[in-house]
Amino acid sequence: MSELKSYKEIPIGSKNVEAGSSVRNETGSWRDFKPVVDMDKCIKCLMCFVSCPDATINPTTFGVNYAHCKGCGICAQMCPVGAVTMVEEVV
Amino acid sequence: MSLYRTLKEVPTEEYLAQGHRLCAGCPEAICVRLVTKVAGKDTIIVNPTGCLEVSTSLFPETAWKLPWIHVAFENGGAVASGVEAALKSMKRKGIIPKETKTHVIVFAGDGGTTDIGFQALSGMLERGHDVVYVCIDNEAYMNTGIQRSGSTPYMAWATTSPVGKVLKGKMQQKKDMVSIAAAHGIPYTASATVGTGYWLDLMNKVRKAIDVEGPAYIHCLNPCPTGWRFEPNLTVEMGRLAVQTGMWMLYEVVDGKLTVTARVSKRRPVRDYLKQQGRFRHLTDEDIAKIQRHVDESAAEMNKLVGQEVIGPVQES
Amino acid sequence: MSVKRIPLSANHAAAYAAKACDIDVAAVYPITPQVEVAERLGQFVADGELRAEYIPVESEHSAMSACVGASSAGARAFTATASQGLALMHEILFIASGSRLPIVMALANRTLSSPINIHCDHSDSMASRDCGWVQIYASSGQEVYDSVIQAYKLAEDDKILLPVMVCFDGYILSHTYEPVLVNSDEDVLGFVPKNVKRLLDPDNPLSIGVFCMPDYEYEFKYQLVEALGNVPDRLKKVDQAFGERFGRGYGLYEMYRMDDAEVVMVALGTMASTAKAAIDELRTEGEKVGLFRPRLFRPNPVDEWRAILSKYNMLMVVDRAMSLGSVAGPLALELLGAFMNEKDRPRFMNFVAGIGGRDVTVEDIKQMFRKTIDAHRSGTTMRTCQYYGVRM
Repeated sequence: MSELKSYKEIPIGSKNVEAGSSVRNETGSWRDFKPVVDMDKCIKCLMCFVSCPDATINPTTFGVNYAHCKGCGICAQMCPVGAVTMVEEVV
Repeated sequence: MSLYRTLKEVPTEEYLAQGHRLCAGCPEAICVRLVTKVAGKDTIIVNPTGCLEVSTSLFPETAWKLPWIHVAFENGGAVASGVEAALKSMKRKGIIPKETKTHVIVFAGDGGTTDIGFQALSGMLERGHDVVYVCIDNEAYMNTGIQRSGSTPYMAWATTSPVGKVLKGKMQQKKDMVSIAAAHGIPYTASATVGTGYWLDLMNKVRKAIDVEGPAYIHCLNPCPTGWRFEPNLTVEMGRLAVQTGMWMLYEVVDGKLTVTARVSKRRPVRDYLKQQGRFRHLTDEDIAKIQRHVDESAAEMNKLVGQEVIGPVQES
Repeated sequence: MSVKRIPLSANHAAAYAAKACDIDVAAVYPITPQVEVAERLGQFVADGELRAEYIPVESEHSAMSACVGASSAGARAFTATASQGLALMHEILFIASGSRLPIVMALANRTLSSPINIHCDHSDSMASRDCGWVQIYASSGQEVYDSVIQAYKLAEDDKILLPVMVCFDGYILSHTYEPVLVNSDEDVLGFVPKNVKRLLDPDNPLSIGVFCMPDYEYEFKYQLVEALGNVPDRLKKVDQAFGERFGRGYGLYEMYRMDDAEVVMVALGTMASTAKAAIDELRTEGEKVGLFRPRLFRPNPVDEWRAILSKYNMLMVVDRAMSLGSVAGPLALELLGAFMNEKDRPRFMNFVAGIGGRDVTVEDIKQMFRKTIDAHRSGTTMRTCQYYGVRM
């Protein structure tokens, strides 16, 4: 656990100063099911890229950022060709 | 102004970083991603209290890659007015370059727009500030645990419009914020959603909203799995059904002229939408019929208004 | 250096000072007795004399919210209000100080409803004394003009970064005219060059007004404690520099005929200036009385208060507000706090007077002094404040 800072060591006045620093929070730990993309079926329509709440699908490679994917399953539900399957994670 | 025609034209730059604490399947995240992609880097975000604000700004981390300010719950319109006025004044005085084109965008929930934020929004619209106000509408005060708002639809369950022997959910109709905003005579007003197939519709509306001089209001329906009680993978499908059943019509009002942007030739019965959401679980056939009649009337009114059948008749699938 | 002498009300003086400071954004909502601040500023903008964005907001809550937005975006922001307006802005006041924004506000003191009353007392600013703002009380239109200017220099100081309210008595000052020395806008702006940080900057995207858990909220709030601690010293220096530049200075307090005083009256605002006449009259009768008028009220400049007041036998604190449910008025409570556990401390007699604009005359003050002198000489102690002038 990181040590908590003193009042002098934090920014002055209610600010977060590191833009996009939320990436440190790996929300991939939330999920029970993870999406698996079958590139043979994928038609690169980009609907999954657009509708992912966590921007985890790469619009060029269609790889999934598993560090942050919460496993909501939107991509699998609305893929027009069924290229995405939700697979149960085995811990 | 160039509009987006295919998803291939959607910019790939992300302005909302991963690792935010919004629920799995949250529509607000989708909405913010798409809106900020249109707006780009030269944007200041004003974000009243709500799910989006608390989930993206937990000290010391922030999901925002744009300058962002949260002040309170009910003052999105007022804070944005101040930011916009500052930019105007600083440009006039040469404190920042005169060519500066920084956009000011508000993301406010239905609570912070329809209810507690109503006054500040109305003032901002009336004064004509050059701000794009996006209402991210998940139809309740979701952040505090699903309490009803003025935007909660008729007969929906919420913790403060509960269902029991005596009362059956919200007894009032959904407040028509889009009409109210348009009634201020602003240059651009639109309804939108993050539902499947309507993303480009949303993005193009944002494009138009940003490009007009003066206030623009976009009301984006965001189906919330947690509050509406459906599985998180159905978020965008629910948005699609909202439009396909006519329960949410997509249109824009440009300088007073209304155009429907998503025609629905074969309307789905409202049952297809309502029965998929736990918040409507208590509805009887009679209740559904009542809601169906209301939607039929709204559709007929819209068709009359635009002078053609843009929302077609119900067809049982 | 060009100076003009113009008959101005304190409301107008505040507007002139804001103009001289070249404010960038004014977001003001009218409320009696501050209305002329809003109007005069609007006229300056309409005439092109002030190149600010003037936002005629739709409520005071929005006025302060717009100022928070504007100040965060890098603009020098200004507003004014009174009474119910200040109460309506209440939640945003904490946010303005918590977000460390150098906003300056002119406050025409007026009582809080209910019943609704448009006249002067200090209940409005006293009800907001814990919100982290610097509170300065002026007792003349000149002091209002000078204090608004000093307020920007203090607020934008890197070691301060706190919003400041300049309080002045509603109607008594806001609407009465006196000759005010007004310096040229260039000279004033030369004294208060802008130092507003552009927090909302696309080239350096920060998140402002963030969500914070118990692990850090306390530390953020403690930063305010430290910043407020820096205020008395900084304000002294600002006032000194102001005096050197413009020939007018006030310090953190005003002392009148205190040297050998047996009883010293402590009061804010115009009751203090009326008291001077009462003191002069009592002195001719042989009574040894004096006046201490705090100018900086919050943060309490406790070092100064203790250093100056501890040697007096009896302080007669006259509050122009009640602290309902407490034994004393708010000014008395603050002073009592300053002497907490001190070995050398005066005794206190506390009067509440002037509520809801009830006039406090020279004769009233003399009466209060006489009561206090009697109590002091007879060793009587009062355990609660005395409500002077209310008809029982």
